[in-house]
Parts: sequence; structure tokens; C-alpha cells
Amino acid sequence: MLFKKLTCALCLVSCALFYIGCAGKAPSSSSITVWHWMTDRQQAFDELAKRYEKQTGIKVNFELYAPSDAYSQKVRAAAQGQTLPDIFGILGEKRDFSSFIKAGHVLDLTSYMDENQGQWRKKLFAKALAINEYNEGNSYGIKPGVYGVPIDVMTIEMVYNKDLFKELGLNPNRPPQTFAEFIDIGKKIKAANKQGLVSGWGEVWMIDCLANNYAFNIMGKDKVIATIKGEVPYTDPDWIKVLTLFKEMEDSGVLANGLVTMVNKTAEQLFANGKAVFAFNGSWCVNVYNGMNPKLNYAAMLPPKASDKFPMTIWGGAGSSFLVNGRSPRAKEAVKFLQWLTDNDQQAYLAENTRNLPSNKESLKKIPEVLAQFADDVEFTTHPNVWGVSEFPAVIEALDKGIQSIIIKERTPEQVASEVQKIKERELAKKR
Amino acid sequence: MRIKSTLENYIFVLPAVLIFSIFYIIPFIWVFQLGMYEWDGILPTKTFVGLANFKEILFADKIWWHSMLNAGYITMIALVFQNAIAFLLAWACDREIRMKNFYRVIFFIPPVLSEVVVGLVWQWILDGNYGLLNSWLTALHLPQLTRNWLSDPQTALTAVSIVHCWKGFGWGFLIFLAGLQTIPRELYEAARVDGANAWQSFKNITVPLMIPVAVTVGILTVLGTMQAFVLIIAMTGGGPAYHTQVPVLRILASMRGSSRFGYACAQGITFGVILVAISFVQYRFSKKAKA
Repeated sequence: MLFKKLTCALCLVSCALFYIGCAGKAPSSSSITVWHWMTDRQQAFDELAKRYEKQTGIKVNFELYAPSDAYSQKVRAAAQGQTLPDIFGILGEKRDFSSFIKAGHVLDLTSYMDENQGQWRKKLFAKALAINEYNEGNSYGIKPGVYGVPIDVMTIEMVYNKDLFKELGLNPNRPPQTFAEFIDIGKKIKAANKQGLVSGWGEVWMIDCLANNYAFNIMGKDKVIATIKGEVPYTDPDWIKVLTLFKEMEDSGVLANGLVTMVNKTAEQLFANGKAVFAFNGSWCVNVYNGMNPKLNYAAMLPPKASDKFPMTIWGGAGSSFLVNGRSPRAKEAVKFLQWLTDNDQQAYLAENTRNLPSNKESLKKIPEVLAQFADDVEFTTHPNVWGVSEFPAVIEALDKGIQSIIIKERTPEQVASEVQKIKERELAKKR
Repeated sequence: MRIKSTLENYIFVLPAVLIFSIFYIIPFIWVFQLGMYEWDGILPTKTFVGLANFKEILFADKIWWHSMLNAGYITMIALVFQNAIAFLLAWACDREIRMKNFYRVIFFIPPVLSEVVVGLVWQWILDGNYGLLNSWLTALHLPQLTRNWLSDPQTALTAVSIVHCWKGFGWGFLIFLAGLQTIPRELYEAARVDGANAWQSFKNITVPLMIPVAVTVGILTVLGTMQAFVLIIAMTGGGPAYHTQVPVLRILASMRGSSRFGYACAQGITFGVILVAISFVQYRFSKKAKA
């Protein structure tokens, strides 16, 4: 009898524990929860949270979830279960961002941005803000407005090792300006048995980034957008020219061995340790390289232009952005905190401690020299999130994997262009 | 009284049934249901597409089938080499050799290591520029054999397969060893008295008695290898191009890269059905072989 009673009690306790485990945390009115994935910034965020609590009495909990893939999954799962925190970020394309907005997970910040004659908006880099903005008549069907706050700015371009430049007999203060010069340096690199360009091309989005840079340079923004809209095929001679650049880079020896399966962390280690002449990386690399090798002598440069027809355009804008949960009972407090976080002093603190470009224009004074070079190139930036249209993920994957095939000499640029176009047509037909 | 007793029995199994239903049956039904929708995983609305996702997988998704072939290749290597090595080592350790307990521990180290760690260590060993393997080959005056093992389409999949075998043979070793230890020693002694040599004993006693164990190891190898992906992510990320793509990576790509949750669910169901079918065929085949 006692055994039965005990078993029943155990069952009840288990059920209660199960129920408690499934229940969410009770919200506290004096605390704000922020979810993020930025491992390198947790310490700085915690310090800022302490300062904010001291000033306002509101506690801010920065909860770090890494790596970024795991973070992305967590945010999606939380969105499905409507358990998103007060402030969070999204790692994904504009399409995903739009879905979060449509599902009511993101607060429209336009009114906050525009109050006091647009004081908040004016402080931030317009290009960084644009990534979180939807214009009139956007293809995603989102009400025009600002839906996110950039906390830093990034640009993705090339960096080169000045010491290795000297070893190759090159002027360390004059990086290659044209693609032809770049290819010539590639030949020198090959002859000297050194490694050329390293990058995270095993994570295909970085190939996509450089391919788009050259697409903008060779055919201009309008034609790139027209391609995404399906009005220009990928078999167009200009696209083949873009793909051929990768073949030329491989043939010249400017690409490091094993680049097609290289992850960015490995690329960063190779460059930081002086084992590669060039790297294609984002401005966040300044902090990474500093951590790996503070004595690294390098500089930033735009990818060498392949054409004079259009300017060289690089990806950039908002590095990381925070969004306010549209369903949060503390949405107003969360907005106030983000206003404070993007204010001059906090942005200067973040820039100084994390070596990332601040999103606040007025906080650029205390940044290192190389980072200032990245900052100078913000004017050349664009980003898929501001184009108003998105390419099908299957097409992006086919293009990126196709470029890998060109580099490993398995496909010609023409073959890749034709395969990408086939997938594009399939996706367009599906959409219709 | 009988009703009370039956009720009691039901109450006792209820927690297990509940847990099994909540964590296995309901998610399975849900995944199957989601497979019939086009959904990005965020929006509250889903578009019903019927069996269109399954049709696309079966007839239009070439990369999916390419990834199945890749997984099949890794599985074949694992079935043949990994299990052969596991069996031979188990057989050696089952005999009266010195330090056999030490070997048992050593052989079981790879399976208990984290797949990510193993992947990264082997990535470093096989690195084309600074890897240990190429350094050794150069030191052995064989520089013509050096290459980018993981970036070369000729070697990437085989390199990944070999590392997978290295990582996984310990499980097979353990199961084979347990199986070998269940064979009565008297059988070998009787065979020896009858004049059988070592090969005859092995062929006529060890092999037939080990068939059920080999079937179990084979099924576990197929299921484990077909679903391998962590090691591959850590070593090649599925590249170069699609040369080391495997089905689980494709499911992840559908979910994360394309935000097609419905399609990813349909891929998961299709993959599950294929695995069940393979296991069933393997089981039937082994039953016949045993008979």
C-alpha cells in the first residue's frame, strides 16, 4: 500500500515538475532580457548593463547563445513558441526578417526614430539603418518603417599583409588597384611559394559576397537587381565575366590552397599568423586579428576593380542589429535602453573595447587605424537587405557551389552560369 | 477487483506512454504533417502543398540524391573496412595476448571523443598547406603524393570516410568482442581434439556464431553512417562544391539556408523511410544468409 502511495506521489511530482519545466519565466518589470550571439562582446555588454542599471535601476540581462547557428535556431524556436525576449537579433536574410515582422515579433521603431526631429535617426549611419528599414512599395509587403537598431557597422573587403608585400618586393603602401595588378601579384605569390588570398569560402556566403562585389563593378546595380527579378539571365556575358574572374584568380595562384573548404576561423588564423598575403573578411576581423597577433602589420583595401564601367561596391552596413519584441510588455523600456546603447558614450565604449565600427557616427574618434580604413569605405557599401528584392536561396547556393566548382576546375564559368540559370527558372516557375 | 487491477496497470505504464507519445509519436506525426506544407518556420501561416515536397525530393532534387550517394559511399567503406578492422581487432583482443585490456581501452577512445574535436584534429592533419600527413609524405621523399586532401574532389569524400571509420570502429569492436566472448571455449577445444586447425576453427565456429552479431553491427553501422554529419561539417562543411554533402546536411540546408521547414520535414521523412527500408533488406538478407 505504502509502495502504491509512494508511486502515485512520484507520478504527481513528475507531472508537476514537467509542467513547471514547460512554463516560461515570470516577467519582471524592472529587467530587460537581450539575446545575442556575439561572444566577443559579452564582457563589454555586461559592463554597459551594469552602468545602465546604476543610472536607471533597470537591470539588463545579456544572454549569450553561441555559435550563431545555434542562436538562429533558438530565435526561430522562440518565435514559434512566442517566447522571444524583450530584445533580440536575427541572423538571416531580409526575407526572414520580413517573416518575423509579419508574425508580429518585431516592433515598428519609426515613431521613436523620428521623435525630437529625428534625433536618434540622425546619430546613426544611414547605411546601417537602411538594412533595418523598409521603403514604400517594398516587395515583402511590409509597412514602410524602421524595425531594428544597428549597434555596429561592418564592411567586408580585403586586407593585405604589409610585411609579406615587402618580402614579395611590392610597395606595402600601394595595394593592387586593378584586377590585372591583383593577378600579377598572384603570379609572384605562386613563384615565392606563399599563400595568397584566404577567406571563409567553405561557408559559401563569403563567395557570394565577393561575386556580388564584382557583379556590381562589372554590370552595375540595376542589372544585378534585374537578374534577381528574373529579367536578366545568369548566362548573360557579364555574369560569365564575373565567374571567369574566379577562374583567373585560381589560375594565377592568388587563391590559397584549400580555400574552397576553408572556414573563416582558419582563414583568420592563417592571415593573423602571417601565412597568407591577402584575406577577404569583414571589419570584425580587426578585433579577431588583434586577439591572435597584436603585432600584425596589415591594411584594408577595396577588392581590386575588374572594370571601370561601375564603381567597386562592397557589402556593408549594419553589422549587428537589435530588434524589440513586438509582444514584449516592456517594449518601451527596451526601446529606451537601445536609445541609450546607441548613444555616443556607449558606442565609443563598444568601439574601443570590441574594435567594431560603431553605428553612431559621432563615436568614430577612438577607433584603431585599420578600423578607420574600413570606416572610410562605408561609402562604397551596399547590402542584399537594402535591394528590396531577394534572390532564391537555391540560386544563391547554386552560384556559390558553382564558383567552388570553378575553383577546383570541375566546371567552366559557362557551365556554372547555365546550371544556375536552370535553377533560377525552376524557382521562378515554382513561384508562379 | 479486476478492473481496479487493470486500471492500476495502466496507471503504471501511463508515464512511459505519455513521454513516448510526447517526445516521439506526436513529433513524428507533426513532422509528417509539416512535410505537406510550405512554411518558413516563422510565419504563423502555412501553405498546404500536399505531396508536392515529396514529389520534388523524389524527382527534381538532384543534389539530394547526390548526397544520398555520398552517404552510401561512406557507408560502404564503413561496412567493409570499419567493421573488418573492428572484427579483426576484437578477435585479436579475445585471444590470450599481452596487454589486451590496454588495447580494449585504446580502441574505445575514438568513439567517446567529440565529433567536432575529431573533425578539427583530422582537418589539421589533412590540411593541404600545413597538415601533418603532407609533412610526413614530404619527409618520406614522397612529395608527389601530397595534396589538399579535403579540398580535392578526388580525395575529399574518401578522406572523410576514413576519418569516420577511425572514429566509429570502436563501437563495432566492443560489440564484436562481447559476441566473441559468448562463444563457448569448449567448441574450440573439441575442434582442436578433432584435428581442426586455427583457420578451420575460425571458419566453422567463429564466423557462423558471429553472424547475428555482425548483422546487428551492420545495421547499426548503416544507420549511424547514413546519418553522419557533425564530422563532415567540421572537416569540409559539405564541400568542395557538393562532394561531401550528405542527406542530413541537405536537411539542415533546407531549414537554415532556404528557410523551407516543410521541405526539410519531407526530406527527413523520406530519409527515415529509406533507412528503415535499408535496415529491413539487410535484416532479411542476413536471415537468409544465416539459414
